[in-house]
Amino acid sequence: MTFASLDRRAEQLLRDLAPQVLGATLRRFRDFAACEDAVQEALIAAAAQWPRDGVPENPRGWLIQVALRRMTDHVRSEISRRNREAVASEDVPIVVAPAVYAEPGIDPDDTLVLLFMCCHPSLSPASAIALTLRAVGGLTTAEIAKSFLVPEATMAQRISRAKQSIEASRIPFGLPDAAERAARLSSVLHVLYLIFNEGYTSSSGPSLHRTDLSNEAIRLARAVRTLLPDDTQVAGLLALMLLTDARRAARTGPVGELIPLDEQDRSLWDRDAIAEGVALVSTALSSGPVSEYQLQAAIAALHDEAARAEDTDWPQILALYGVLQQMSDNPLVALNRAIAIAMVDGPRAGLVMLESLDRDERLAGSHRLAAVRAHLLERAGDRQAAVALYRQAATRTTSIPERNYLLMRAARLSATS
Amino acid sequence: MKYMLMMNGPRDAYEQFGSWPQKDIEAHIGFMVSFSQKLTASGELISAEGLDAPTQAKVVRAGKDGKPITDGVFPESKEFLAGYWIVDVASPERAYQIAAEASAAPGPGGKPFNMPIEVRQVMSGPPETA
Repeated sequence: MTFASLDRRAEQLLRDLAPQVLGATLRRFRDFAACEDAVQEALIAAAAQWPRDGVPENPRGWLIQVALRRMTDHVRSEISRRNREAVASEDVPIVVAPAVYAEPGIDPDDTLVLLFMCCHPSLSPASAIALTLRAVGGLTTAEIAKSFLVPEATMAQRISRAKQSIEASRIPFGLPDAAERAARLSSVLHVLYLIFNEGYTSSSGPSLHRTDLSNEAIRLARAVRTLLPDDTQVAGLLALMLLTDARRAARTGPVGELIPLDEQDRSLWDRDAIAEGVALVSTALSSGPVSEYQLQAAIAALHDEAARAEDTDWPQILALYGVLQQMSDNPLVALNRAIAIAMVDGPRAGLVMLESLDRDERLAGSHRLAAVRAHLLERAGDRQAAVALYRQAATRTTSIPERNYLLMRAARLSATS
Repeated sequence: MKYMLMMNGPRDAYEQFGSWPQKDIEAHIGFMVSFSQKLTASGELISAEGLDAPTQAKVVRAGKDGKPITDGVFPESKEFLAGYWIVDVASPERAYQIAAEASAAPGPGGKPFNMPIEVRQVMSGPPETA
Protein backbone atom coordinates (compact mmCIF):
# COMPACT_ATOMS: atom_id res chain seq x y z
CA MET A 1 0.00 0.00 0.00
CA THR A 2 1.16 3.54 -0.50
CA PHE A 3 0.65 6.57 1.69
CA ALA A 4 1.20 9.72 -0.29
CA SER A 5 1.40 11.86 2.83
CA LEU A 6 4.24 9.91 4.40
CA ASP A 7 7.93 9.94 3.66
CA ARG A 8 9.60 6.66 2.68
CA ARG A 9 10.88 5.90 6.18
CA ALA A 10 7.48 6.35 7.79
CA GLU A 11 5.87 4.31 5.05
CA GLN A 12 8.38 1.49 5.53
CA LEU A 13 7.73 1.67 9.28
CA LEU A 14 3.99 1.26 8.72
CA ARG A 15 4.58 -1.72 6.40
CA ASP A 16 6.82 -3.40 8.95
CA LEU A 17 4.41 -2.76 11.79
CA ALA A 18 1.20 -3.74 9.97
CA PRO A 19 1.54 -7.52 10.47
CA GLN A 20 2.49 -7.05 14.14
CA VAL A 21 -0.56 -4.86 14.68
CA LEU A 22 -2.76 -7.38 12.86
CA GLY A 23 -1.25 -10.18 14.97
CA ALA A 24 -1.89 -8.29 18.20
CA THR A 25 -5.47 -7.56 17.15
CA LEU A 26 -6.13 -11.15 16.08
CA ARG A 27 -4.76 -12.35 19.40
CA ARG A 28 -7.78 -10.75 21.06
CA PHE A 29 -10.47 -11.03 18.41
CA ARG A 30 -10.91 -14.03 16.15
CA ASP A 31 -12.61 -12.27 13.25
CA PHE A 32 -9.90 -12.11 10.58
CA ALA A 33 -11.74 -9.83 8.16
CA ALA A 34 -12.87 -7.38 10.85
CA CYS A 35 -9.38 -7.29 12.38
CA GLU A 36 -7.86 -6.53 9.01
CA ASP A 37 -10.35 -3.69 8.50
CA ALA A 38 -9.48 -2.33 11.94
CA VAL A 39 -5.76 -2.43 11.15
CA GLN A 40 -6.38 -0.70 7.81
CA GLU A 41 -8.25 2.06 9.64
CA ALA A 42 -5.39 2.41 12.11
CA LEU A 43 -2.90 2.72 9.25
CA ILE A 44 -5.06 5.32 7.52
CA ALA A 45 -5.33 7.24 10.81
CA ALA A 46 -1.53 7.14 11.13
CA ALA A 47 -1.07 8.38 7.56
CA ALA A 48 -3.35 11.32 8.40
CA GLN A 49 -2.00 12.20 11.83
CA TRP A 50 1.70 11.39 11.82
CA PRO A 51 2.73 13.93 9.17
CA ARG A 52 0.92 16.59 11.21
CA ASP A 53 1.79 15.56 14.79
CA GLY A 54 5.00 13.63 14.20
CA VAL A 55 5.60 9.89 14.56
CA PRO A 56 4.61 8.87 18.10
CA GLU A 57 7.24 7.62 20.51
CA ASN A 58 5.86 4.10 20.40
CA PRO A 59 4.39 3.81 16.90
CA ARG A 60 3.51 0.14 17.27
CA GLY A 61 1.66 0.69 20.55
CA TRP A 62 -0.13 3.66 18.97
CA LEU A 63 -1.32 1.57 16.01
CA ILE A 64 -2.38 -1.35 18.21
CA GLN A 65 -4.34 1.01 20.47
CA VAL A 66 -6.20 2.49 17.51
CA ALA A 67 -6.87 -0.91 15.90
CA LEU A 68 -8.11 -2.39 19.18
CA ARG A 69 -10.36 0.62 19.77
CA ARG A 70 -11.84 0.14 16.30
CA MET A 71 -12.37 -3.56 17.02
CA THR A 72 -13.98 -2.78 20.37
CA ASP A 73 -16.38 -0.39 18.62
CA HIS A 74 -17.06 -3.07 16.03
CA VAL A 75 -17.77 -5.71 18.71
CA ARG A 76 -19.97 -3.28 20.68
CA SER A 77 -22.10 -2.52 17.67
CA GLU A 78 -22.27 -6.22 16.78
CA ILE A 79 -23.43 -7.00 20.31
CA SER A 80 -26.09 -4.31 20.34
CA ARG A 81 -27.25 -5.44 16.92
CA ARG A 82 -27.55 -9.00 18.16
CA ASN A 83 -29.25 -7.83 21.34
CA ARG A 84 -31.78 -5.87 19.32
CA GLU A 85 -32.45 -8.90 17.14
CA ALA A 86 -32.63 -11.10 20.23
CA VAL A 87 -35.16 -8.75 21.88
CA ALA A 88 -37.16 -8.67 18.68
CA SER A 89 -37.32 -12.44 18.65
CA GLU A 90 -37.87 -12.51 22.46
CA ASP A 91 -34.75 -14.54 22.85
CA VAL A 92 -32.37 -14.28 25.76
CA PRO A 93 -30.19 -11.23 25.19
CA ILE A 94 -26.49 -11.85 24.82
CA VAL A 95 -24.58 -9.39 26.92
CA VAL A 96 -20.84 -9.46 26.76
CA ALA A 97 -18.93 -6.64 28.33
CA PRO A 98 -16.19 -5.59 25.95
CA ALA A 99 -12.85 -5.59 27.65
CA VAL A 100 -11.05 -2.33 28.14
CA TYR A 101 -7.54 -2.31 26.77
CA ALA A 102 -5.73 0.45 28.53
CA GLU A 103 -2.27 -1.00 27.95
CA PRO A 104 -2.19 -3.38 25.04
CA GLY A 105 0.31 -6.12 25.72
CA ILE A 106 2.80 -6.25 22.90
CA ASP A 107 4.29 -9.50 21.90
CA PRO A 108 7.02 -9.43 19.27
CA ASP A 109 6.01 -12.97 18.37
CA ASP A 110 2.72 -11.72 16.96
CA THR A 111 4.17 -11.55 13.45
CA LEU A 112 5.36 -15.11 13.80
CA VAL A 113 1.99 -16.29 15.10
CA LEU A 114 0.32 -14.53 12.18
CA LEU A 115 2.71 -16.23 9.79
CA PHE A 116 2.00 -19.62 11.36
CA MET A 117 -1.68 -18.92 10.90
CA CYS A 118 -1.45 -17.77 7.26
CA CYS A 119 0.69 -20.76 6.30
CA HIS A 120 -1.45 -23.28 8.13
CA PRO A 121 -1.22 -26.72 6.48
CA SER A 122 -5.01 -26.84 6.15
CA LEU A 123 -4.81 -24.10 3.50
CA SER A 124 -3.88 -24.87 -0.09
CA PRO A 125 -0.45 -23.49 -1.05
CA ALA A 126 -2.10 -20.94 -3.38
CA SER A 127 -4.30 -19.66 -0.53
CA ALA A 128 -1.47 -19.64 1.98
CA ILE A 129 0.74 -17.66 -0.40
CA ALA A 130 -1.97 -15.09 -1.10
CA LEU A 131 -2.89 -14.68 2.56
CA THR A 132 0.73 -14.41 3.68
CA LEU A 133 1.48 -11.69 1.14
CA ARG A 134 -1.68 -9.84 2.13
CA ALA A 135 -1.64 -10.15 5.91
CA VAL A 136 2.09 -10.43 6.68
CA GLY A 137 3.63 -8.80 3.62
CA GLY A 138 1.13 -5.94 3.58
CA LEU A 139 0.75 -6.08 -0.22
CA THR A 140 -2.57 -4.89 -1.59
CA THR A 141 -4.87 -7.40 -3.23
CA ALA A 142 -4.28 -5.58 -6.53
CA GLU A 143 -0.50 -5.96 -6.17
CA ILE A 144 -0.77 -9.67 -5.38
CA ALA A 145 -3.17 -10.22 -8.28
CA LYS A 146 -0.77 -8.46 -10.62
CA SER A 147 2.18 -10.52 -9.43
CA PHE A 148 0.32 -13.75 -10.10
CA LEU A 149 -1.23 -12.46 -13.34
CA VAL A 150 -4.79 -13.17 -12.22
CA PRO A 151 -7.75 -10.76 -12.12
CA GLU A 152 -8.05 -8.77 -8.91
CA ALA A 153 -11.55 -10.14 -8.18
CA THR A 154 -10.18 -13.70 -8.33
CA MET A 155 -7.38 -12.89 -5.93
CA ALA A 156 -9.77 -11.06 -3.57
CA GLN A 157 -11.94 -14.16 -3.51
CA ARG A 158 -8.97 -16.44 -2.90
CA ILE A 159 -7.87 -14.32 0.05
CA SER A 160 -11.32 -14.07 1.55
CA ARG A 161 -11.82 -17.84 1.29
CA ALA A 162 -8.51 -18.41 3.00
CA LYS A 163 -9.61 -16.16 5.86
CA GLN A 164 -12.89 -18.02 6.12
CA SER A 165 -11.20 -21.39 6.29
CA ILE A 166 -8.95 -20.10 9.06
CA GLU A 167 -11.94 -18.85 11.00
CA ALA A 168 -13.81 -22.11 10.39
CA SER A 169 -10.84 -24.23 11.43
CA ARG A 170 -10.78 -22.65 14.91
CA ILE A 171 -6.99 -22.77 14.93
CA PRO A 172 -6.09 -21.06 18.20
CA PHE A 173 -4.19 -17.80 17.78
CA GLY A 174 -0.94 -18.54 19.51
CA LEU A 175 2.39 -20.20 18.97
CA PRO A 176 1.96 -23.94 18.42
CA ASP A 177 3.46 -26.19 21.10
CA ALA A 178 6.96 -27.56 20.70
CA ALA A 179 5.79 -30.84 19.14
CA GLU A 180 3.80 -29.10 16.42
CA ARG A 181 6.14 -26.20 15.97
CA ALA A 182 8.65 -27.91 13.71
CA ALA A 183 5.97 -29.11 11.32
CA ARG A 184 4.29 -25.71 11.25
CA LEU A 185 7.57 -23.87 10.75
CA SER A 186 8.38 -26.06 7.78
CA SER A 187 5.08 -25.15 6.15
CA VAL A 188 5.86 -21.45 6.75
CA LEU A 189 9.27 -21.89 5.14
CA HIS A 190 7.77 -23.84 2.27
CA VAL A 191 5.31 -21.02 1.56
CA LEU A 192 8.13 -18.44 1.61
CA TYR A 193 10.16 -20.68 -0.70
CA LEU A 194 7.22 -20.93 -3.11
CA ILE A 195 6.80 -17.15 -3.12
CA PHE A 196 10.49 -16.75 -3.87
CA ASN A 197 10.40 -19.31 -6.66
CA GLU A 198 7.29 -17.81 -8.18
CA GLY A 199 9.18 -14.54 -8.38
CA TYR A 200 12.44 -16.04 -9.51
CA THR A 201 11.34 -18.54 -12.10
CA SER A 202 7.84 -17.20 -12.88
CA SER A 203 5.85 -20.34 -13.51
CA SER A 204 3.66 -18.43 -15.95
CA GLY A 205 3.94 -15.44 -18.20
CA PRO A 206 6.54 -14.23 -20.63
CA SER A 207 9.10 -12.74 -18.27
CA LEU A 208 11.42 -14.84 -16.19
CA HIS A 209 11.58 -12.72 -13.06
CA ARG A 210 8.93 -11.09 -11.00
CA THR A 211 11.35 -9.29 -8.77
CA ASP A 212 8.69 -7.94 -6.45
CA LEU A 213 7.79 -11.45 -5.30
CA SER A 214 11.41 -12.55 -4.79
CA ASN A 215 12.16 -9.40 -2.84
CA GLU A 216 9.07 -9.86 -0.72
CA ALA A 217 10.03 -13.48 0.04
CA ILE A 218 13.52 -12.35 1.07
CA ARG A 219 12.07 -9.60 3.25
CA LEU A 220 9.74 -12.07 4.96
CA ALA A 221 12.52 -14.63 5.44
CA ARG A 222 14.62 -11.89 7.07
CA ALA A 223 11.71 -11.08 9.36
CA VAL A 224 11.39 -14.75 10.38
CA ARG A 225 15.11 -14.89 11.00
CA THR A 226 14.89 -11.88 13.33
CA LEU A 227 12.22 -13.76 15.27
CA LEU A 228 14.04 -17.10 15.25
CA PRO A 229 17.73 -16.14 15.05
CA ASP A 230 18.97 -19.57 16.16
CA ASP A 231 16.98 -21.68 13.75
CA THR A 232 19.32 -23.19 11.16
CA GLN A 233 16.50 -24.02 8.71
CA VAL A 234 15.45 -20.38 8.59
CA ALA A 235 19.05 -19.27 8.11
CA GLY A 236 19.45 -21.91 5.39
CA LEU A 237 16.38 -20.73 3.51
CA LEU A 238 17.39 -17.07 3.69
CA ALA A 239 20.88 -17.98 2.51
CA LEU A 240 19.46 -20.04 -0.36
CA MET A 241 17.28 -17.14 -1.48
CA LEU A 242 20.14 -14.63 -1.32
CA LEU A 243 22.62 -16.90 -3.11
CA THR A 244 20.12 -17.69 -5.87
CA ASP A 245 18.84 -14.15 -6.26
CA ALA A 246 22.43 -12.87 -6.47
CA ARG A 247 22.63 -14.25 -10.03
CA ARG A 248 19.42 -12.62 -11.21
CA ALA A 249 20.96 -9.97 -13.47
CA ALA A 250 23.05 -12.58 -15.29
CA ARG A 251 20.31 -15.12 -15.71
CA THR A 252 18.50 -13.73 -18.76
CA GLY A 253 19.60 -12.68 -22.20
CA PRO A 254 18.48 -9.80 -24.46
CA VAL A 255 15.15 -11.40 -25.45
CA GLY A 256 14.41 -12.67 -21.96
CA GLU A 257 15.77 -16.16 -22.59
CA LEU A 258 17.36 -18.20 -19.84
CA ILE A 259 21.16 -18.21 -19.65
CA PRO A 260 22.55 -21.34 -17.99
CA LEU A 261 24.91 -21.04 -15.03
CA ASP A 262 28.05 -21.95 -16.98
CA GLU A 263 27.44 -19.24 -19.59
CA GLN A 264 26.49 -16.40 -17.24
CA ASP A 265 28.55 -13.22 -17.01
CA ARG A 266 29.67 -13.65 -13.40
CA SER A 267 30.69 -10.00 -13.08
CA LEU A 268 26.95 -9.25 -13.00
CA TRP A 269 26.44 -11.33 -9.85
CA ASP A 270 25.58 -9.43 -6.69
CA ARG A 271 28.69 -9.74 -4.51
CA ASP A 272 27.05 -8.35 -1.35
CA ALA A 273 24.20 -10.85 -1.51
CA ILE A 274 26.72 -13.66 -2.07
CA ALA A 275 28.83 -12.56 0.91
CA GLU A 276 25.76 -12.38 3.14
CA GLY A 277 24.47 -15.76 1.95
CA VAL A 278 27.83 -17.47 2.36
CA ALA A 279 28.22 -16.11 5.88
CA LEU A 280 24.73 -17.28 6.79
CA VAL A 281 25.18 -20.77 5.43
CA SER A 282 28.62 -21.19 7.03
CA THR A 283 27.27 -20.26 10.46
CA ALA A 284 24.19 -22.43 10.01
CA LEU A 285 26.21 -25.47 8.90
CA SER A 286 28.51 -25.27 11.91
CA SER A 287 25.65 -25.05 14.40
CA GLY A 288 22.72 -27.34 14.70
CA PRO A 289 21.15 -30.09 12.60
CA VAL A 290 21.54 -30.04 8.83
CA SER A 291 18.41 -29.13 6.86
CA GLU A 292 17.59 -29.43 3.16
CA TYR A 293 17.57 -25.66 2.72
CA GLN A 294 21.04 -25.43 4.21
CA LEU A 295 22.38 -28.08 1.86
CA GLN A 296 20.83 -26.41 -1.15
CA ALA A 297 22.25 -23.10 0.05
CA ALA A 298 25.68 -24.68 0.46
CA ILE A 299 25.49 -25.95 -3.14
CA ALA A 300 24.41 -22.49 -4.35
CA ALA A 301 27.34 -21.00 -2.40
CA LEU A 302 29.83 -23.31 -4.13
CA HIS A 303 28.52 -22.14 -7.52
CA ASP A 304 28.57 -18.50 -6.47
CA GLU A 305 32.10 -18.68 -5.10
CA ALA A 306 33.60 -20.00 -8.34
CA ALA A 307 35.20 -17.14 -10.27
CA ARG A 308 34.75 -19.07 -13.53
CA ALA A 309 32.42 -21.98 -14.35
CA GLU A 310 35.43 -24.29 -14.69
CA ASP A 311 36.55 -23.43 -11.15
CA THR A 312 33.36 -24.91 -9.68
CA ASP A 313 34.05 -27.43 -6.93
CA TRP A 314 31.96 -30.24 -8.45
CA PRO A 315 33.27 -33.06 -6.20
CA GLN A 316 32.04 -31.08 -3.18
CA ILE A 317 28.70 -30.37 -4.90
CA LEU A 318 28.34 -34.07 -5.73
CA ALA A 319 28.96 -34.96 -2.07
CA LEU A 320 26.31 -32.46 -0.92
CA TYR A 321 23.74 -33.83 -3.40
CA GLY A 322 24.53 -37.28 -2.02
CA VAL A 323 23.62 -36.10 1.51
CA LEU A 324 20.57 -34.30 0.18
CA GLN A 325 19.38 -37.42 -1.62
CA GLN A 326 19.46 -39.34 1.64
CA MET A 327 17.22 -36.72 3.23
CA SER A 328 14.82 -36.16 0.38
CA ASP A 329 12.95 -38.37 -2.02
CA ASN A 330 12.59 -35.50 -4.50
CA PRO A 331 13.47 -36.79 -8.00
CA LEU A 332 14.80 -33.33 -8.91
CA VAL A 333 17.56 -33.85 -6.35
CA ALA A 334 18.48 -37.10 -8.10
CA LEU A 335 18.42 -35.27 -11.42
CA ASN A 336 20.80 -32.61 -10.12
CA ARG A 337 23.04 -35.29 -8.68
CA ALA A 338 23.26 -36.85 -12.16
CA ILE A 339 24.55 -33.51 -13.47
CA ALA A 340 27.14 -33.38 -10.70
CA ILE A 341 28.23 -36.97 -11.48
CA ALA A 342 28.62 -35.98 -15.12
CA MET A 343 30.80 -33.04 -14.12
CA VAL A 344 33.01 -35.22 -11.92
CA ASP A 345 33.12 -38.57 -13.76
CA GLY A 346 32.14 -37.53 -17.28
CA PRO A 347 28.83 -37.27 -19.17
CA ARG A 348 28.49 -41.04 -19.73
CA ALA A 349 28.42 -41.66 -15.96
CA GLY A 350 25.68 -39.05 -15.65
CA LEU A 351 23.68 -40.62 -18.47
CA VAL A 352 23.86 -44.01 -16.73
CA MET A 353 22.36 -42.49 -13.63
CA LEU A 354 19.56 -40.90 -15.67
CA GLU A 355 18.47 -44.36 -16.82
CA SER A 356 17.40 -45.20 -13.29
CA LEU A 357 15.25 -42.03 -13.30
CA ASP A 358 13.34 -43.12 -16.41
CA ARG A 359 11.33 -45.43 -14.19
CA ASP A 360 10.32 -42.63 -11.82
CA GLU A 361 6.70 -41.83 -12.58
CA ARG A 362 7.03 -38.33 -11.15
CA LEU A 363 9.51 -37.48 -13.91
CA ALA A 364 7.64 -39.26 -16.70
CA GLY A 365 7.06 -36.81 -19.53
CA SER A 366 8.87 -34.06 -17.62
CA HIS A 367 10.81 -31.56 -19.67
CA ARG A 368 13.55 -31.51 -17.04
CA LEU A 369 14.65 -35.08 -17.55
CA ALA A 370 14.75 -34.56 -21.33
CA ALA A 371 16.66 -31.28 -20.94
CA VAL A 372 19.30 -32.76 -18.61
CA ARG A 373 19.73 -35.78 -20.87
CA ALA A 374 20.11 -33.42 -23.85
CA HIS A 375 22.84 -31.49 -22.01
CA LEU A 376 24.74 -34.63 -21.14
CA LEU A 377 24.41 -36.02 -24.66
CA GLU A 378 25.71 -32.72 -26.01
CA ARG A 379 28.70 -32.94 -23.68
CA ALA A 380 29.24 -36.55 -24.73
CA GLY A 381 29.35 -35.42 -28.38
CA ASP A 382 26.09 -37.03 -29.48
CA ARG A 383 24.72 -33.90 -31.12
CA GLN A 384 21.84 -35.36 -33.10
CA ALA A 385 20.31 -37.07 -30.10
CA ALA A 386 20.87 -33.92 -28.03
CA VAL A 387 19.08 -31.71 -30.58
CA ALA A 388 16.06 -34.04 -30.65
CA LEU A 389 15.84 -34.08 -26.86
CA TYR A 390 16.25 -30.31 -26.51
CA ARG A 391 13.32 -29.93 -28.91
CA GLN A 392 11.30 -32.51 -27.05
CA ALA A 393 11.97 -30.70 -23.77
CA ALA A 394 10.97 -27.41 -25.44
CA THR A 395 7.52 -28.75 -26.35
CA ARG A 396 7.02 -29.99 -22.79
CA THR A 397 8.04 -27.03 -20.64
CA THR A 398 5.33 -24.57 -19.64
CA SER A 399 7.82 -21.73 -19.15
CA ILE A 400 8.22 -19.47 -22.17
CA PRO A 401 11.80 -18.29 -21.31
CA GLU A 402 12.82 -21.89 -20.74
CA ARG A 403 11.23 -23.02 -24.01
CA ASN A 404 13.05 -20.25 -25.83
CA TYR A 405 16.35 -21.27 -24.25
CA LEU A 406 15.86 -24.93 -25.21
CA LEU A 407 14.87 -24.05 -28.79
CA MET A 408 17.88 -21.79 -29.24
CA ARG A 409 20.18 -24.40 -27.78
CA ALA A 410 18.84 -26.97 -30.27
CA ALA A 411 19.14 -24.51 -33.14
CA ARG A 412 22.72 -23.59 -32.25
CA LEU A 413 23.75 -27.20 -31.92
CA SER A 414 22.10 -28.30 -35.16
CA ALA A 415 23.84 -25.46 -37.03
CA THR A 416 27.28 -26.67 -35.89
CA SER A 417 26.72 -30.38 -36.42
CA MET B 1 -13.86 -2.10 -27.32
CA LYS B 2 -12.11 -5.36 -26.69
CA TYR B 3 -10.82 -7.80 -29.25
CA MET B 4 -9.24 -11.18 -29.05
CA LEU B 5 -6.45 -11.76 -31.53
CA MET B 6 -5.86 -15.45 -32.05
CA MET B 7 -2.75 -16.89 -33.56
CA ASN B 8 -3.57 -20.25 -35.11
CA GLY B 9 -0.92 -22.57 -36.33
CA PRO B 10 -0.71 -25.94 -38.03
CA ARG B 11 -0.43 -29.03 -35.87
CA ASP B 12 3.34 -29.20 -36.27
CA ALA B 13 3.91 -25.45 -35.83
CA TYR B 14 5.94 -26.04 -32.69
CA GLU B 15 8.26 -28.51 -34.38
CA GLN B 16 8.59 -26.21 -37.39
CA PHE B 17 9.47 -23.24 -35.22
CA GLY B 18 12.07 -25.34 -33.40
CA SER B 19 13.81 -26.21 -36.64
CA TRP B 20 14.41 -22.59 -37.70
CA PRO B 21 18.00 -21.31 -37.57
CA GLN B 22 18.98 -19.85 -34.19
CA LYS B 23 19.07 -16.21 -35.34
CA ASP B 24 15.57 -16.50 -36.81
CA ILE B 25 14.19 -18.00 -33.59
CA GLU B 26 15.92 -15.21 -31.68
CA ALA B 27 14.49 -12.51 -33.97
CA HIS B 28 10.98 -13.95 -33.69
CA ILE B 29 11.11 -14.15 -29.88
CA GLY B 30 12.65 -10.67 -29.70
CA PHE B 31 9.81 -9.34 -31.83
CA MET B 32 7.16 -10.94 -29.61
CA VAL B 33 8.76 -9.56 -26.45
CA SER B 34 8.92 -5.99 -27.75
CA PHE B 35 5.47 -6.30 -29.32
CA SER B 36 3.93 -7.09 -25.97
CA GLN B 37 5.96 -4.33 -24.28
CA LYS B 38 4.67 -1.86 -26.85
CA LEU B 39 1.03 -2.86 -26.31
CA THR B 40 1.51 -2.62 -22.56
CA ALA B 41 3.03 0.84 -22.87
CA SER B 42 0.16 2.05 -25.06
CA GLY B 43 -2.29 0.80 -22.43
CA GLU B 44 -4.03 -1.48 -24.93
CA LEU B 45 -2.94 -4.90 -23.74
CA ILE B 46 -5.38 -6.73 -21.45
CA SER B 47 -3.72 -10.10 -21.53
CA ALA B 48 -1.64 -12.34 -23.72
CA GLU B 49 -0.84 -16.00 -23.34
CA GLY B 50 1.10 -18.56 -25.32
CA LEU B 51 -0.28 -22.07 -25.24
CA ASP B 52 1.54 -25.33 -24.76
CA ALA B 53 2.15 -27.58 -27.79
CA PRO B 54 -1.04 -29.48 -28.75
CA THR B 55 0.53 -32.89 -28.13
CA GLN B 56 -0.87 -33.00 -24.60
CA ALA B 57 -4.21 -31.39 -25.51
CA LYS B 58 -7.38 -33.18 -24.45
CA VAL B 59 -11.01 -32.80 -25.36
CA VAL B 60 -13.17 -33.13 -22.27
CA ARG B 61 -16.90 -33.81 -21.99
CA ALA B 62 -19.02 -34.53 -18.97
CA GLY B 63 -20.23 -38.11 -18.77
CA LYS B 64 -23.65 -39.14 -17.51
CA ASP B 65 -22.45 -39.00 -13.91
CA GLY B 66 -20.92 -35.57 -14.50
CA LYS B 67 -17.39 -36.96 -14.33
CA PRO B 68 -14.94 -35.87 -17.02
CA ILE B 69 -14.46 -38.05 -20.07
CA THR B 70 -11.20 -37.11 -21.73
CA ASP B 71 -10.25 -37.78 -25.25
CA GLY B 72 -7.15 -37.00 -27.23
CA VAL B 73 -7.55 -34.23 -29.77
CA PHE B 74 -8.83 -35.37 -33.11
CA PRO B 75 -6.09 -36.24 -35.55
CA GLU B 76 -8.04 -34.56 -38.35
CA SER B 77 -7.77 -31.13 -36.63
CA LYS B 78 -5.21 -29.30 -38.69
CA GLU B 79 -5.17 -25.94 -36.91
CA PHE B 80 -4.51 -25.22 -33.28
CA LEU B 81 -4.63 -22.12 -31.16
CA ALA B 82 -1.01 -21.31 -30.37
CA GLY B 83 -1.58 -18.14 -28.40
CA TYR B 84 -3.70 -15.04 -28.11
CA TRP B 85 -3.78 -11.38 -27.17
CA ILE B 86 -6.78 -9.53 -25.75
CA VAL B 87 -6.58 -5.81 -26.48
CA ASP B 88 -8.75 -2.87 -25.54
CA VAL B 89 -8.73 -0.45 -28.48
CA ALA B 90 -10.57 2.61 -29.76
CA SER B 91 -11.75 1.10 -33.04
CA PRO B 92 -11.91 -2.17 -34.96
CA GLU B 93 -9.39 -0.68 -37.39
CA ARG B 94 -6.86 -0.38 -34.58
CA ALA B 95 -7.43 -4.06 -33.67
CA TYR B 96 -6.80 -5.04 -37.31
CA GLN B 97 -3.67 -2.89 -37.35
CA ILE B 98 -2.32 -4.65 -34.24
CA ALA B 99 -3.21 -8.03 -35.75
CA ALA B 100 -1.35 -7.12 -38.95
CA GLU B 101 1.72 -6.16 -36.93
CA ALA B 102 1.64 -9.50 -35.14
CA SER B 103 1.15 -11.29 -38.43
CA ALA B 104 4.29 -9.66 -39.82
CA ALA B 105 6.47 -11.13 -37.05
CA PRO B 106 9.78 -12.25 -38.57
CA GLY B 107 9.84 -15.80 -39.88
CA PRO B 108 12.58 -17.92 -41.45
CA GLY B 109 15.26 -15.77 -43.04
CA GLY B 110 13.90 -12.75 -41.12
CA LYS B 111 11.12 -12.24 -43.69
CA PRO B 112 7.61 -11.40 -42.44
CA PHE B 113 5.96 -14.67 -41.47
CA ASN B 114 2.45 -13.37 -42.37
CA MET B 115 0.68 -15.91 -40.22
CA PRO B 116 -3.12 -15.61 -40.10
CA ILE B 117 -4.49 -13.86 -37.01
CA GLU B 118 -8.17 -14.32 -36.27
CA VAL B 119 -9.74 -11.16 -34.82
CA ARG B 120 -12.93 -11.49 -32.77
CA GLN B 121 -14.69 -8.88 -30.72
CA VAL B 122 -15.07 -9.70 -27.02
CA MET B 123 -18.67 -9.24 -25.86
CA SER B 124 -18.17 -6.45 -23.38
CA GLY B 125 -20.52 -3.74 -24.61
CA PRO B 126 -23.07 -2.16 -22.27
CA PRO B 127 -26.66 -3.42 -22.52
CA GLU B 128 -29.02 -1.17 -24.47
CA THR B 129 -31.61 0.14 -22.06
CA ALA B 130 -35.18 0.08 -23.32
